[in-house]
Amino acid sequence: MLDVMLQILQRDLRLAFRRWSELATPLIFFVIIASLFPLAASPDEAQLRSTGAAVIWMSALLSSLLALDGLFRADSEDGTMEQLILGPAPLGLVVLAKIVAHWAVSGVPLLVLAPLVAMSFYLPLTALPGLIAALALAMPTLSILAAIGAALTVSLRAGGTIVGLLILPLTGPVLIFGTRATELAALGEPLAGPLYLLAALAVLSVSLGPLITAAAVRTALE
Amino acid sequence: MRAVPLRSRLWRAFHQLGSPPYVYRLAGRLSPWLGAASCVLLAVGAFWGLVLAPPDYLQGDSFRIIYIHVPSAYLSMGGYVLMAVAAAIGYIWRMKLAHGVAVCVAPLGAWFTALALITGGIWGKPTWGTYWEWGDARLMFELLLLFLYIGYMVLRMSFDDRDKADRVSALLAVVGVVNVPIVHYSVEWWTTLHQGPTLIREGGPSITMDMLIPLLIMLAAFSLFFGWLLCKRLQGEILRRERRTRWVRNLAAEAAA
Repeated sequence: MLDVMLQILQRDLRLAFRRWSELATPLIFFVIIASLFPLAASPDEAQLRSTGAAVIWMSALLSSLLALDGLFRADSEDGTMEQLILGPAPLGLVVLAKIVAHWAVSGVPLLVLAPLVAMSFYLPLTALPGLIAALALAMPTLSILAAIGAALTVSLRAGGTIVGLLILPLTGPVLIFGTRATELAALGEPLAGPLYLLAALAVLSVSLGPLITAAAVRTALE
Repeated sequence: MRAVPLRSRLWRAFHQLGSPPYVYRLAGRLSPWLGAASCVLLAVGAFWGLVLAPPDYLQGDSFRIIYIHVPSAYLSMGGYVLMAVAAAIGYIWRMKLAHGVAVCVAPLGAWFTALALITGGIWGKPTWGTYWEWGDARLMFELLLLFLYIGYMVLRMSFDDRDKADRVSALLAVVGVVNVPIVHYSVEWWTTLHQGPTLIREGGPSITMDMLIPLLIMLAAFSLFFGWLLCKRLQGEILRRERRTRWVRNLAAEAAA
């Protein structure tokens, strides 16, 4: 069972590195959104500092949605997904392996990029560990939600635009606790409270999310 | 003659609920009663609440909008739970009629959510000094609930095949149910502008009897009204789904004759 998971993980990672443009798109998207905010609002230092946390979280949210949009599309078009559904391995684990692979190539680089963006928004250096911890804890929930959206719309041609409508309303709690943790970190105050809540959301979504995603893939392709 | 045991009678009732002609007739028989009862209770509750109940010591007469606002907000959440439960039953037991119920509840729930937001805004202006407050968690999550209803309806519409639309959208309805407890507890978790719970709280309701009784009447009236509309919509939905069957054709022939 774990064997199948590892094989899918390896396969998806190899595919991702071969199509590096798809791998880079969500990251560049993240940086572009963040850098357009000062143009839309104002490049004033005080204002950038006060909106920095919000900008980083919104950009991370949108880019993770974009990164996982095509999670099942290519595989369902060439029939791989149907073989995986018919195969002996539980589909929940298969889906989890695919999500982990996507998270590794799109989420981890985001954790490296986010502090750079945060520094350009004048967030204090002491806030960066807190920001990275909060993003790392929020990533599983966001990835699972995006995966559910991708699975629900896998058989639709115009999937991408609908996914946002379906999934963004559910990201409210992550956004609240994530920005709260970042603000507390910027003020140099203890931020364990929101981090625990983000961790709780991550546990909830990682334990139930793959099952729902698997059910959605199975239903959409049956 | 031997009485039929209760358990087998319940089983029969459960199986009958899966039969479209039976439910069609049941909804047709229920709806005039629901309609009449909701109209009477709406009239009584509105008169009692808007005229007879004493004005609030702090908010004066503006508090009277709770007789519309609270029942709408309660139905916006109750409607979502009903939709999700119906969708889950439809998904798990492959019961098409349950999907039909979920489809009918979605627009009703969305309208009551919109009504709760609008009446809340109208009430907010004299009491908070603003129609809309971005910082308030209750308002935000109620708005997100509206988006969830809309997302459910949009997802359904983007499928051509009704069976697939039923089953895929059912999963979305079930996932979205996590939002309902957040809406309910938002006023306790984040204390901002919206007042705390009045009815369902530790130590019983924090409202005087003269105001509470008309509120309960309005809650009952709105629920019956919701049930009435649901019966009507469900009849239409059943006819749409079963339009190629013999019993619907017979029904149409009877109506035409």
